[in-house]
Order: sequence, then C-alpha cells, then structure tokens
Amino acid sequence: MSRQVSSSLPAANSTKAPLISNTLHINMGPQHPSTHGVLRLELELDGEVVVSCKPVIGYLHTGIEKTMEARNWMHAVPCTDRIDYLNPLGNNLAFALSVEALFACQIPERAQVGRVLLAELTRINSHLVWVGTGAMDLGALTIFFYCMREREGILDLFEELTGQRMMTSFIRPGGLADDMSPEWLTRCKLFVDSMPGYIDEYEALLSKNPIFLERMSGIGILRAGDAIALGVSGPLLRAAGIAHDVRKVHPYCGYENYTFDVPTSQTADCLGRYHVRIAEMRESVKICQQALRIMPSGPVRTSNRKVMPPPRSEFQHSMEALIHHFKLYTEGQRPPIGEAYVAVESPRGELGFYVVSDGSSKPVRIHERGPSFANLQAIELMCKGGLLADLVAVIASIDPIMGEVDR
Amino acid sequence: MQDLVVPMLRTIAVIAVLMTLMPYMTWFERRVLAAMQVRHGPNRVGWQGLLQPLADGLKLLFKEDLTPSNSDRWLYRLAPAIALFAALASFAVIPFGPTVEIQGTMVPMCIADLDIGVLYLLGVSSLGVYALVLGGWASGSKYSLMGALRAAAQVVSYELILGLALIAVVLTVGDTKLSTIVQQQHDGVWLVFLQPVAFVLYLIAACAETNRAPFDLPEAETELVAGYHTEYSGMRFAMYFIAEYINMLVVSSLAATLFLGGFSGPFWPGPWWLILKLMVFMFLFVWLRATLPRLRYDQLMRLSWNKLLPIGLLNLAVTAVIVVYRSGK
Repeated sequence: MSRQVSSSLPAANSTKAPLISNTLHINMGPQHPSTHGVLRLELELDGEVVVSCKPVIGYLHTGIEKTMEARNWMHAVPCTDRIDYLNPLGNNLAFALSVEALFACQIPERAQVGRVLLAELTRINSHLVWVGTGAMDLGALTIFFYCMREREGILDLFEELTGQRMMTSFIRPGGLADDMSPEWLTRCKLFVDSMPGYIDEYEALLSKNPIFLERMSGIGILRAGDAIALGVSGPLLRAAGIAHDVRKVHPYCGYENYTFDVPTSQTADCLGRYHVRIAEMRESVKICQQALRIMPSGPVRTSNRKVMPPPRSEFQHSMEALIHHFKLYTEGQRPPIGEAYVAVESPRGELGFYVVSDGSSKPVRIHERGPSFANLQAIELMCKGGLLADLVAVIASIDPIMGEVDR
Repeated sequence: MQDLVVPMLRTIAVIAVLMTLMPYMTWFERRVLAAMQVRHGPNRVGWQGLLQPLADGLKLLFKEDLTPSNSDRWLYRLAPAIALFAALASFAVIPFGPTVEIQGTMVPMCIADLDIGVLYLLGVSSLGVYALVLGGWASGSKYSLMGALRAAAQVVSYELILGLALIAVVLTVGDTKLSTIVQQQHDGVWLVFLQPVAFVLYLIAACAETNRAPFDLPEAETELVAGYHTEYSGMRFAMYFIAEYINMLVVSSLAATLFLGGFSGPFWPGPWWLILKLMVFMFLFVWLRATLPRLRYDQLMRLSWNKLLPIGLLNLAVTAVIVVYRSGK
C-alpha cells in the first residue's frame, strides 16, 4: 500500500518528505510552556528520541537596534533594558561602556563600584530565574517559588534605587543616573549577606536530589571545541571547562580589583551548567560584598559636560553649566566620529555593543552581540540523539532570552 | 425489592461522598502545596477558599466543549467516561466501616464486599489505562498521542509492581476479601509492620498508577503541554480531572485498608478513621509533588523493571517461604 502511494506521487512532490515515515514531526513552540518565550523548534522524533531539532526564531523580533538608531544616544538606553529583560543593568552597562569608549571620558570611582554592584545583583537575579524555571522544567515546582522570593528582594532594591523593578535604565553613558543613598546600601548589604543561606536552600533541594542528578547529568553535551566553533560563551563555555570570563580577560569597571573565581566544570553537560551557575551566584555575592565594603564617596557622574549634564547647583554661578545643560537636553550627546565595541560578561555570556558615530546626536549604527543568539545555535548539537524530556532541560540550560535572540 | 434498593442507596451514598470529597481534595492539595511554596493558595471564594472547588467545577461546566476536527469523535467522547467509570468502580470493594445493623438487617459498610476484592481492584484499575490511551489516540494530536504512549507503558509496568505488592499482602493474610484483611489487622497487627517492603512498593506503584509526581510523565506539561488530555476542554477535561483525584482516593484508601488497618481504630466510627488515614496519604502525594522533579521516561522504566520488580519478586518469595513454613508447623 505504501509503495503504491509513493509511486503515484507526482514528480514535483518527490523532493518533499515521503508521506509515510517512521518519525514524528512535531512543532514545539512558539506557544509551549517550556520554550522560554517564543522559541519554536521543529522537531523530528523517533518515539521519544530527538532525531533533528531546528530552532526557528524571529517571533519576538522588534527591530530594537533600528529603534535605537532612530533616537539620540541617551534615549537609546531604555531600549537596552528591553533586549535582555533579565539583565537590564548589564545591558545598560555594556551600552554605556561603548558610548563612553567613543567619548573616552573618565567615570568617577563611586560610579564604577556602583556599576559592579548593580551588574552583579542583576547576575544573581538572572541566575535565580534560571534555577527556578530550569528546575520547574524538570517538574520540581517548589524551587521556582523560592527563587522568585529572593528575586523579589532584588527587584525591591532596584525599585527603591531606580524607580523601576525591571526596566531600570540606571547605568547611563557618563555614570549612574543618580546616587545610591546610605540607607539603600545598608539594605543592599542585608540582602547580599542573606543570599548564601538561600543558595544553600536551593542546593539542598536540588544538588543531592537523585532524580535531579540523573535527569541533568550526561545530557546536552557541548564540548569545548564545538562551543568555541559556535561562538558560545558564558556558563555554557565554562561548563565545558574553559575559564573564559570577560570580567577576567578584558576587565572593565575595575573588575581586576576584586577577588573572585571563575567557576568551571569539566562535565560539559546540563549538570555542569547548573553547578557553574550556582557557583557564579556565590561569586557574585562575594563581589557585591567587596563592592559594598570599598564603596568610595564622591560623584557618580563624569565631569565631562559633553556626556552628562552638570549638577543643578552650578546653574546659579556658571554660564557654561547652563549652556551644557541646554545643549544636552535639546540636541543630546554628540560623540566624536568613530566606532567602538565593548563587551561585558552578562549572565549568559559575552554581551557587547558595537556603536558607530558620525559626530551627530543620533547613532549611525548600533549592533548588539547577544550571547543568547550565539548560544542558541548549539541546541541541535546538544539535543540530537537525546530524549524529548532532555530537550526541555537542554533549552533551560542554554537559558536563552528570546528578546536578545530576535532583537 | 429490598435486595435491590439497599445496594443502590449504598452506591449513591458512596458516589455522593466521593464527589464531595474529591473537590476538597483539590482544595487541600492547592492549600498544602501553596503553604510549601511560600504562597497563599485559593483563599478568596468562601471562608478560607472553601468554595473555590465549587467555582472551578461550575466554570468547567460552562466552558465550551471542543472536539478537534481530526479526532475520532466517538472514542474522544467515550474515553473520559471510561476514566471516570474505572475510578468510581474501583471504590466498590473498599470497606469503610464494620457491618452495622439497621432495622434488623445487617448492612455491610461497603458497596460490594467481594471475595475476590483484591483481584477485582487490579482488574478495574487496569481499565483506567484505556481512558488515557484512547483519549490520547482519539484526540488526533501528536502531543496527546505521546502522552498516551507514555501512559500505556507506565501503567503496564507499574501495574506489575502493584500486583506484586498486593500478592504479598494476600499471601500474608490468606484471603483476597478486603473486609477479612481489615479484620485480621484489627485483631492482630497492621500489615505495614509485617510487609514493609510491599508497603513501599505499593506507594511507589500507586504514585505511578495515578500519574502523580514524580511519575507524572503522561501529562508532563513542560514537555507534552498537557499530555493525553491536551485537547480536552470543559466537562470532558473535568471528567479526567475527577477521575485522577478519585484514583488518588482509591489508591490512598486501598493503602489504608491493606497496610494501616483500614477503618479500624478506637473512639470514632470507622469511616472517620478511613478518611484520616486517607488524608495521610493525600498529604504524602502533595508533599512528593512539591519536592521531587519528574523522572525521565527511560529512568521510569529502568526503576520499574530493574529495581522494583526484583525487589518485589524477592519479597514475594520470602513471604511465600515464611507462610509455608508457618502453616507447616
């Protein structure tokens, strides 16, 4: 019967897949509970085994880079929050560093330390969401609520400091939007000091759970060679045994002055990525504690008046201050002609902004090197030959943010 | 006439109790789960959210009943009915109290105290898998089909473990009649102390039989959306849902009956003791769900065939030897 069907097919159809096959083609996403946003996977399954997996992206394409080019430099900052909505301050930071590279301006010490503090808080925030949703994908529901509880603490801190819980836009070219009050720093210290206890709690639920260990170990293998060839960075690369961290190799914001380790794992599987991320949270806590300890006093904005407006107190006695203020708020910043690329270590890997200026107040080109996009390419390699249930864990272990993949 | 009326009244009473108990199981589960997950759970509809199950039931009743266009309509409609039937029918042999005398007639507190009670339970609970397989197949959806396949493999494997645990109990007691099993425990010692291995095996198999965490693969929402009942909506979905909870009640009350002395206990009448013991198991189900991740398909199979099956067989052999040795004395 099957032979008859295939032989009676018109010639034009012969290039298509045969009508009767032993594999099941299934469309996972873009509306699916565990594809972490609007990722769509075209799967070919042989029973429960994944034969092929083709990611289809673009469902969250917003043209956000083009949107940024249509605004002036300062107005592009809020767009950066929205690219990777779990790492808003890290994105702000990468963009701010790129624009500052164009200006070649000096950032005061307090702003540098504040940036490190905020970036590390954001990293904890992002990894908390990862641990929670990753465990939930495996069916461990409760850990998600525990992680959200601590994330709430971080979001409350952000809200108090910036007025926004997620879309903070607080790190701007030229420094920070505002100073950090002593009360906020105290509350921040309280939270940071309580964090290791909470991480112990997550580890108590997961790290020794035999079901969790069996589910996570040996699946989604991505070896160092493949990872480098695919441009994979962040925890995925470090779980493959390569201690590559932008904070160590190309330090920014004075990261070279902090003592912290770059956790790695040799297993190159999902369990390794879990261990790397948990250890990274602990390292971030250490960095936050150091930042809070050394927090210097002083301004949080650069004294370069072409980048940041002068403080209001200067208006009373300085004509130049008024002129600078007026120029910045009517035209915006005008970086010198040139191009710059500065990368930071986002929770997902190397995140960089490539910016081009023609000397006007609008950027000519802004391109983001999003780690999620590069990391997501490895999915087929990681899940081929595995089971459908593993695929869910693999997607979680990549930790893709579709806003960053599609941009 | 009386022969017909009394059993019918008993059946209606039991179904009424079950259908009242079942919604409150969902409430109980949600509140306990919420307490474990630093949440509040339903607490708005009625005092402490006690009317929430009613509101949910009404909502489902008024939902549109969708039938996918490429489904097998007849089977699609039949499957949830099988699920509910199998779940309710299992309850027929569970004794929930000692025989009482009403107006001169002896009325057993049980719908049918069959001599082959344990065998009947095994048979009827196997019927439940048809509901999952047929429902998943008839939906005409790939996710449902995969859920159905998982369900079939899982239930068949764990039915075996369940059987081994039950046979060990039957061997120890020497009868398959559930009221005798309860009576023996009432007179002697609870079977959980005589058959601890069978008790653990039974608990694991019961979790798998009812598709509860960590064995909830057939409806693993992170992989299969909702598994075999992905396409179901409204009351048909509710029937699967009710069946699942009644199955939980069945395996819990069976666990109480076989291992914890069933309805026997001091001070209170029998049914209260059964409900109390049943709640212990319900709490255990919720606790497991809150704590454990889901097993993977191959790990589930390996657990059943490579670990539980040898343990069950060994336990059975040891039990048989002891029983023969003691009867020979």
